[in-house]
Amino acid sequence: MIDYTENIRKISGDLLKNGKVDVVIGYKRGTLPGINEPFLAKTPEDAEKLVWDSQCRLNLANYLTGRKENVAIIAKGCDSRNVVTHIVERRVTRDQVTVIGVPCTGMTDKNKVKQLAGGEILELTEKNGKITVKTRKGERSADKSELLQSNCANCLHRNPVINDIPFADPVPEINTARNDDEIKKIEAMNPAERWAFFDDLLSTCTRCYACKNACPLCYCPTCFVDESQPQWVGKGDDPVDVRTYHTLRAFHCAGRCTDCGACEAACPMNIKVRLLTGKLEKSCYERFGWEAGLTTDVRPALDTFTTHDPEEFIK
Amino acid sequence: MTDFEPKIITFLCNWCSYGAADLAGVSRFQYPPNMRVIRVPCSGRISPKMILAALRKGADGIWVSGCHPGDCHYIEGNYYARRKFTLLKELLEYQGVEPGRIHFSWISSAEGVKFAQVANDVIAEVRKLGPAKHFIKGAPKEIAA
Repeated sequence: MIDYTENIRKISGDLLKNGKVDVVIGYKRGTLPGINEPFLAKTPEDAEKLVWDSQCRLNLANYLTGRKENVAIIAKGCDSRNVVTHIVERRVTRDQVTVIGVPCTGMTDKNKVKQLAGGEILELTEKNGKITVKTRKGERSADKSELLQSNCANCLHRNPVINDIPFADPVPEINTARNDDEIKKIEAMNPAERWAFFDDLLSTCTRCYACKNACPLCYCPTCFVDESQPQWVGKGDDPVDVRTYHTLRAFHCAGRCTDCGACEAACPMNIKVRLLTGKLEKSCYERFGWEAGLTTDVRPALDTFTTHDPEEFIK
Repeated sequence: MTDFEPKIITFLCNWCSYGAADLAGVSRFQYPPNMRVIRVPCSGRISPKMILAALRKGADGIWVSGCHPGDCHYIEGNYYARRKFTLLKELLEYQGVEPGRIHFSWISSAEGVKFAQVANDVIAEVRKLGPAKHFIKGAPKEIAA
């Protein structure tokens, strides 16, 4: 297997050196082991700090919004779909962005890694599809395939959909159809149970907005949560306000979400917010045959229509 | 709960459904007075946050009505609305809002009869469900002195 990090550093360094781009959006090692942080490399020296492994959980397309300079971005499958969404929504132009596509074999779930370690992680290494964590008590390792985030295990597009500098061969896809088992389980409940389920799910939410800050789709200059006249949603931790926030946040992602999992990776309370966005993506797929971010030629689901869209529920 | 009178917030588009309500009125078609009408320029103007805001302030039911597809005053506003409502309805029902709480319809300004009929249906369905249970923002439990 070729070394992704080496390639990324070399390609990024070259791009910065010959002035093709002003900044490379990538990852560097975080301050804690097992969490890489987004990093904007602006000089060839910076490029040496870039890394790539299975701990790059966030979505770098988040840092593209509104950039004026020429940008290169390290993009896994889902990130590349969000780059497409950004281009379609005219947040950046296609000419401005150089996509360094990374065929992705999935990211590890931060909670599964934590569970594997069973204590404070002092060091995390990855080799040949095995993750090894070191704690004070010793070392433990597991196959990466067992530690994957659920969105990665159910991923349909592991290879970048746009790729200007392909440095590695595409990886084989592991799924052919959507896996909506978790959502179907909720749909099978009766309305009262469903309400109670989500009340419980969101009960620990502290409204820190990490989910929306991590989301590449969230870029309005003034978010609806900050609007005060009228105020659409209260600012406290009242369950109705929390529910309203999550409902509207999910709705704003409808037909745009690529299920990258950044929201859940960022959530400090480990709330499965993807159960809401996932439902909308399922509806978009079933109702309009739509999957977000696959091509720059088509408008997103809610920005287009056909004259024969389903309307059996309309009187 | 026999004396329960539902409050139904009704969003009507200016060009068709509001005209239909007018026509139903001047034609003296009967329907119960449970609706509170809000006139909007187009059904495409309706945002999910408006519907949630209505529920939050105590609406028992929501009814959104616009022009028939193809007849939109703004050519295509209701086509976008249709997609939006499809997803919103599914998302709210997925979270446990009862299916009979939120209603959508297409009523042209010549359909006064249909307006009265749908109004009757909507009010009857919401009445059957009883007062709204979800998305209502109650008064704070305790107020700091």
